[in-house]
Amino acid sequence: MLSILRTVGEVLRHTFAPRETIQYPEQKPYLAPRFRGRIILSRDPDGKERCVACYLCSAACPVDCIALQAVHGEDGRRYPAFFRINFSRCILCGFCEEACPTLAIQLTPDYEMCEYDRSKLVYEKEDLLISGPGKYPGYNFYKEAGLAIEGKDKGQAENESPPVDVRSLLP
Amino acid sequence: MPTIYIDNRPCTVAAGLNLLQACLSSGFDLPYFCWHPALGSVGACRQCAVKRFKDEKDTRGELVMACLTPADEGTRIAINDPEAVQFRAGVIEWLMLNHPHDCPVCDEGGECHLQDMTVMSGHTYRRSRFPKRTHRNQDLGPFINHEMNRCIQCYRCVRFYHDYAGGTDLNVFACHDHLFFGRFEDGPLESEFSGNLVEICPTGVFTDRTFKAHSSRKWDLQTAPSICPHCGLGCNTLPGERYGELRRVRNRYHHQINGYFLCDRGRYGYEYANSDRRIRQPLQVRRGQAPATPLTAEAALAQWAAMAKGAGLIGIGSPRASLEANFALRRLVGAENFYAGLSEPDACGLETVRAILTDGPVPSATLQGAGLSDAALVLGEDVTQTAPLLALNLRRLRYRKAAVMAAGFQLPVWNDAGVRELAQLNLPNLFIAAPHATRLDDEAAGTLHVPVPELLRFAQSVAAVLDAPEAPAADPGDPVTALAWQSAQALLKAQRPLVVAGMALGEPALLQAAAAIAARLKAMGRGAELCLCVPEAGSMGLALMQARALTAAMARGAADTLVILENDLWRRSAPEKVKAWLAQARHVVVLDHLATATTAAADLALPAAAPAETAGTWVNNEGRAQRAYAVMPPADPARSSWRWLQAMARSAGRVDLNGWQTIDDVAAELARTLPPFQTITELTPAVTVPTAAGKLPRQSHRYSGRTAMNAQRDVHEPKPPADPDAPLAFSMEGFDGPQPPGLTTRDWTPGWNSEQALHKFQGETAGLLAHHDPGRRLIAPAGKRQSLQMPPPAASPKLAAGEFQLVPLHFIFGSEELSMAAPAVALRAPKPHVGLGPDNGFAVDGQAVWLRIGDLLTEQIVRIVPGLAPGLMGWPVGLAGMPPIVLPAVARVEQ
Repeated sequence: MLSILRTVGEVLRHTFAPRETIQYPEQKPYLAPRFRGRIILSRDPDGKERCVACYLCSAACPVDCIALQAVHGEDGRRYPAFFRINFSRCILCGFCEEACPTLAIQLTPDYEMCEYDRSKLVYEKEDLLISGPGKYPGYNFYKEAGLAIEGKDKGQAENESPPVDVRSLLP
Repeated sequence: MPTIYIDNRPCTVAAGLNLLQACLSSGFDLPYFCWHPALGSVGACRQCAVKRFKDEKDTRGELVMACLTPADEGTRIAINDPEAVQFRAGVIEWLMLNHPHDCPVCDEGGECHLQDMTVMSGHTYRRSRFPKRTHRNQDLGPFINHEMNRCIQCYRCVRFYHDYAGGTDLNVFACHDHLFFGRFEDGPLESEFSGNLVEICPTGVFTDRTFKAHSSRKWDLQTAPSICPHCGLGCNTLPGERYGELRRVRNRYHHQINGYFLCDRGRYGYEYANSDRRIRQPLQVRRGQAPATPLTAEAALAQWAAMAKGAGLIGIGSPRASLEANFALRRLVGAENFYAGLSEPDACGLETVRAILTDGPVPSATLQGAGLSDAALVLGEDVTQTAPLLALNLRRLRYRKAAVMAAGFQLPVWNDAGVRELAQLNLPNLFIAAPHATRLDDEAAGTLHVPVPELLRFAQSVAAVLDAPEAPAADPGDPVTALAWQSAQALLKAQRPLVVAGMALGEPALLQAAAAIAARLKAMGRGAELCLCVPEAGSMGLALMQARALTAAMARGAADTLVILENDLWRRSAPEKVKAWLAQARHVVVLDHLATATTAAADLALPAAAPAETAGTWVNNEGRAQRAYAVMPPADPARSSWRWLQAMARSAGRVDLNGWQTIDDVAAELARTLPPFQTITELTPAVTVPTAAGKLPRQSHRYSGRTAMNAQRDVHEPKPPADPDAPLAFSMEGFDGPQPPGLTTRDWTPGWNSEQALHKFQGETAGLLAHHDPGRRLIAPAGKRQSLQMPPPAASPKLAAGEFQLVPLHFIFGSEELSMAAPAVALRAPKPHVGLGPDNGFAVDGQAVWLRIGDLLTEQIVRIVPGLAPGLMGWPVGLAGMPPIVLPAVARVEQ
């Protein structure tokens, strides 16, 4: 008897409690910036591609759904000739983001990418590349690393002295 | 065998090692940079510090550099002593002070010894706030990319390039922390072995420039054990493939052959497999009368069936096709209709080589064995150009001699700096007699530059001195007999003399003379060896098949239906004769992977798999048969030549070749049919599954992109292609345990991602791979002929004024067919020219001269060839752009 009353009480309490369910898709849930959703490729603060095609994301990917090919541009920068993510395989684990040494690949709070046709879930570089720096506004790999590129000579990276004159014997 | 105690564990190690070698061969991890198994120790990097204790009661100990401390009986050391660990962590932190931290864009990343050692030493965060020293890079030519900021000053590059390989244009400049390793000025590295810097350099200062154009990580490359197809030495290689393209070639260690090194032709010639000249599908060529039209494989075979109906077949084999492909052709056309597809001089020379090595008393030398000899005589061959790695091993003679002397000074052989000080004092017992100066002359104690008849006289004088050692030198004023006396005395003193000859000059008498000298030394009880260089990877296999030359086929007159296997006949005989002969043939079918003049003159061209795409057996100059495996499957409809030939037999209504399922079936039938090949069925572990776990994977366990690399075409992943011809799979799955020698697909072990991981697979450093020697020697000296006769002296040709005898000039970059389809190698090839001696009296360097050779009138640029004797003109062999001339010939300078 007591248990029946308690059950009725619980039902009444839940009937008037505020609802957790939201009216998706009219209403959108709050997603934190660190939510692991759709993957994007970001750009440097100066607008150039951040990805240097180091292959670490593809190596870290547990489902092997990232394929890319590195090329060296005329300006000395290394970038992917193609960069393909097969989202029909992707498990959004975020290992690629953790592996990325240049903060180029980032997971975003967007998951609305369903398709009826699996082949439409294959994203190429043009689909992945955004126009901004994403979550990390200030970082620029080429400013830190000692590789010379167009507009940044040897010795002009962060914390570098100018190139030495190898023909000098002075200390 | 001393017993030493490492971290209180007793380890028995080989005698004469240093502590670093002892630790590594006992399975311990100890970081190092400047030590290299082939280069010895100099103690430059201070990375391999360990604690050494006086005895078991000593607890304080002292820090010593493991690479410079002998592993004496009872030595007690600790690798894990906290002080030693801290010391090593400190050293790596110093070495990293100026490192540019650009691993993501560095091609060495992922197989970098510096990365491995940094992780092993536990240095993870940069503490230094001071600015980094920087350097400008140099343009070092098409083979090597230079990024000097990554340098850690270990000196390995200079020690290899300058001290080991004899290069003169790479050195160390400046002082203190400004040390710069490079050339005096920009320009291509001149040494033929510069590509080894890629593997020697423990960081990314020297990286593979051809690889940079299509860079991948080591873990993403599909690799399989292969054999270099660019010369007759049979070096072991490890080519890598990604996205259906051959990406690079790395050295695969073989204790007896190439050891740790490859030549640049072998390393950079691989791009022939990606060439635009590849034949990708069957073509109806119509002998160049109309544009070629592509066919399906079925249509091509139907056309072939019509051609073969009731026709007499003639098969032309090839020295650049594998044994199995040549044998399949022999089976298709019948032994009496099979010809080797060799030029007349090559066929004659190869038969001489075969006869000498199988009947004579003297065994052939392995490549590494050649480097261990104590006196060597090179007769008529510029080995740097025709058998490059032999030249690298002959350069070790000086060091070898010094190492023997070092024993008297109680200096261990691994003490590189000390032994080299001794090596400076004397030249090795290396004597070179050739028609012109060779790249190895700087190492020789005596050289002679004379025409071929004089070379034969030289050989006879050597033999005469060997017959009567006590007699004094005949005529000190005659350079031929003087050097003969000097070299014969050195050969007599040697315990392990070596005689080197080859087919470069197209003169079998030189081979016989070399064999006669070696036989005399052998009869005197010396451990004499012969090293006879053959021109192409399949040359020795064809020699053992004893097929007749191309000219014998042409002498039979018009052929009915010709089947030509992976061969460009334009390189084998006089072009007008070949052209006429092919025109007379009723049908011409060519199987090849590259489009050549011969494929253009065919009715039907079938796309064969390139050597990197098919399994095959290759016999090297020493007579060792080795199996190469496909790195990648050939793109449909291309297939292995023997599979085409089997399908051709089937289309022609024959059933006798249908039993061949795998390459092992072909090899087994070859072994049954031809006696010299009896043992090739034992080459590698059986092709059936080696373990219950499955085949060995060609892809690493970290291989990436499997579910995305083809997704733009089809989201469903394709099934991995089957490979019935190998115990290897085109997959990352399979048996992941220790790989049997001869089947190693990668040098990798946890914590050792670079090729330095190799010591984990050797019994001891620089020793056998898992105590096993891959390959089988097919030739053993029977000793049927005990004392070989000297060939009769040759008469010098009578030349009028203005006439020159043409001698072949070989070039490491330029003379070989396949590597010239690789753009980087083609860049290093010389321009068409003719060579004249320095005092020829006709022309200076760069001058154009008109030459009449037979009926041909041609204008050529003259290049001065040092040491080329008067009356001789050097004629580049196989160089693109040279008019086709069949040697021997005489050229007359036209005014």
